[in-house]
Amino acid sequence: MTFEYLLCISKWIMSNAIEVKNIKKKFGDFVAVKDLSFEVPAGEIFGFLGPNGSGKSTSLRMMLALISPTDGSIDFFGKPLKKNRSEIMGRIGCIIEKPDFYTYLSAHENLKLFARANGVDYSKEDYTELYELVGLSGREGDKVKTYSHGMKQRLGLAQALLHNPDLIILDEPNTGLDPKGIIELRELLLKLNKEEGKTILFSSHILSEVEALCDSLIVINNGETVAQGRVEDLLSDEDLLVDIEVGNLEKGKVAFENSKWKDLLREQKGNHFRLNLPMDEIPKVNTYLIENGVELVSSSYRKRLEDYFLRITQGK
Amino acid sequence: MKEFIAILKNELIKTIKRPRSFIGFGVVAFICLILQAAFANDGREILSLVTGQLENTLSIEGQVLNGNLICFVLLQTLIIQMPLLVALVTGDLVSGEVATGTMRFLLTRPASRTKVLVAKWLAGMFYTFLLLLFLGVLALFVSRGIFGADDLIHVNSEGLTVIQANDMNWRFAGAFVIAFLSLSVVATLAHFLSTVLDNSITPIVSTMAIVIIFTIIGMFDMPSFNVIQPFLFTTHMISWKDMFEDPVPKQEIINSCIILFAHIVVLLGSSIYIFNRKDINS
Repeated sequence: MTFEYLLCISKWIMSNAIEVKNIKKKFGDFVAVKDLSFEVPAGEIFGFLGPNGSGKSTSLRMMLALISPTDGSIDFFGKPLKKNRSEIMGRIGCIIEKPDFYTYLSAHENLKLFARANGVDYSKEDYTELYELVGLSGREGDKVKTYSHGMKQRLGLAQALLHNPDLIILDEPNTGLDPKGIIELRELLLKLNKEEGKTILFSSHILSEVEALCDSLIVINNGETVAQGRVEDLLSDEDLLVDIEVGNLEKGKVAFENSKWKDLLREQKGNHFRLNLPMDEIPKVNTYLIENGVELVSSSYRKRLEDYFLRITQGK
Repeated sequence: MKEFIAILKNELIKTIKRPRSFIGFGVVAFICLILQAAFANDGREILSLVTGQLENTLSIEGQVLNGNLICFVLLQTLIIQMPLLVALVTGDLVSGEVATGTMRFLLTRPASRTKVLVAKWLAGMFYTFLLLLFLGVLALFVSRGIFGADDLIHVNSEGLTVIQANDMNWRFAGAFVIAFLSLSVVATLAHFLSTVLDNSITPIVSTMAIVIIFTIIGMFDMPSFNVIQPFLFTTHMISWKDMFEDPVPKQEIINSCIILFAHIVVLLGSSIYIFNRKDINS
């Protein structure tokens, strides 16, 4: 193995799939994106978050050359999008906003159109495999106008994966999917990332999915970055959600009512109490409950992206 | 080139499979068939009234009511409706896909915007050609099959013109070529408006509005209108009729074709320029 080869491999490993540098977009006097910069390392699942009207869709559209930035640059795989659009698009699969298809054609006819546009020569077996992968087996011959939104999402995913892209950009891919579909999508994306090394940019309002999938993320609001980094680094102790299960409910209620943590109690269902607590307060709560005769069945915590998101986008 | 052929094939498939594409064929077939039926029923009676007035001055032999005359009449009738039928499909080619969101998929594939747009324009041209070919087959060959082929007698501003039956085919071929060029201008105009506007109905309505306004301007013999009339495509859309003059005014036909072709080049060039700079927001 030569040094150059090793250098090449290491460059590929260390390289960024996406590099967005100071992009801006103005529509007349309205500034949709003020100054956005971020990098998506190759091989990562990257969350792209923002509330409605934050400039998220505009940014994604700029990244896919659907709209041109007023300023700034976008590179994919180390190459500027402006000069290498055709080559770059051949390496990207995407669903933007909602999956729209030719409703007067069947799902299979739609996919054949997209395969042809991608220069992909699929065999019947390849299509069968793809339909099984996205859960559309047996319905591929139906006209798309008969499809539910969830089925269109599955077809959108098939379209995005059709040409075996290196980078998959998914904007709200789980909208309309049933819980089983959401789990299947999550497992599929994790498989594509872990086993095939695909880089995935994932945008969703279902923050639990983003939390479950993404290695790192960016949160934008009012057209600019408000947070960026690895998920575990971003979620501070303030965003801990503590679940406490007690054996004797009445004693538990009284104990919490008389405690200094009563204002931090978020929810109570049956014998379960849910609180927002800093990490160092958890053992103190546990000790307090035991000392007050409450049977402590379990005490667990997790960091919550939802709280973090609301705190940084709405100041809550 | 392989990439362009692939997206052109996609556009042709979409055009052929769209339910809207069949409206034009249905309308053309309906109008041709009812007019042919009406001529078969009442044509001889009406013509005898006209030819009866001429019998004192000239002798008419053979079948005045024949396939060539019916085709000539059908062309004159349908050439008014054909722009609407063409615009109905071509005015929706770009804006329809922008409105329904499928344009996002097309433009996030490797093919450039210019290729996508030109493929759509060619698909529009193909549709226009098919529609005209359909009209040609129904108007000429079916009419000849029903009424037979004989000399064409028609009246123009110069008077009565008689064209021999064996001198007809090349004239009809030329007329269809000019008609295709005329309708191509309408198709390219609708395609241009479809590129500029984002909903599917406005380009169709706007195309028809432009055709109507230009036609009205072309109808009036007024000095201020006379200045612009030679440059309006609608003025040259009726040049196909010149193919049935004797002798055929070749230079006038060539001039009309050049002006129609220039319209296509300018409109298509403008579409490409605008589409390459257009933000796809839907």
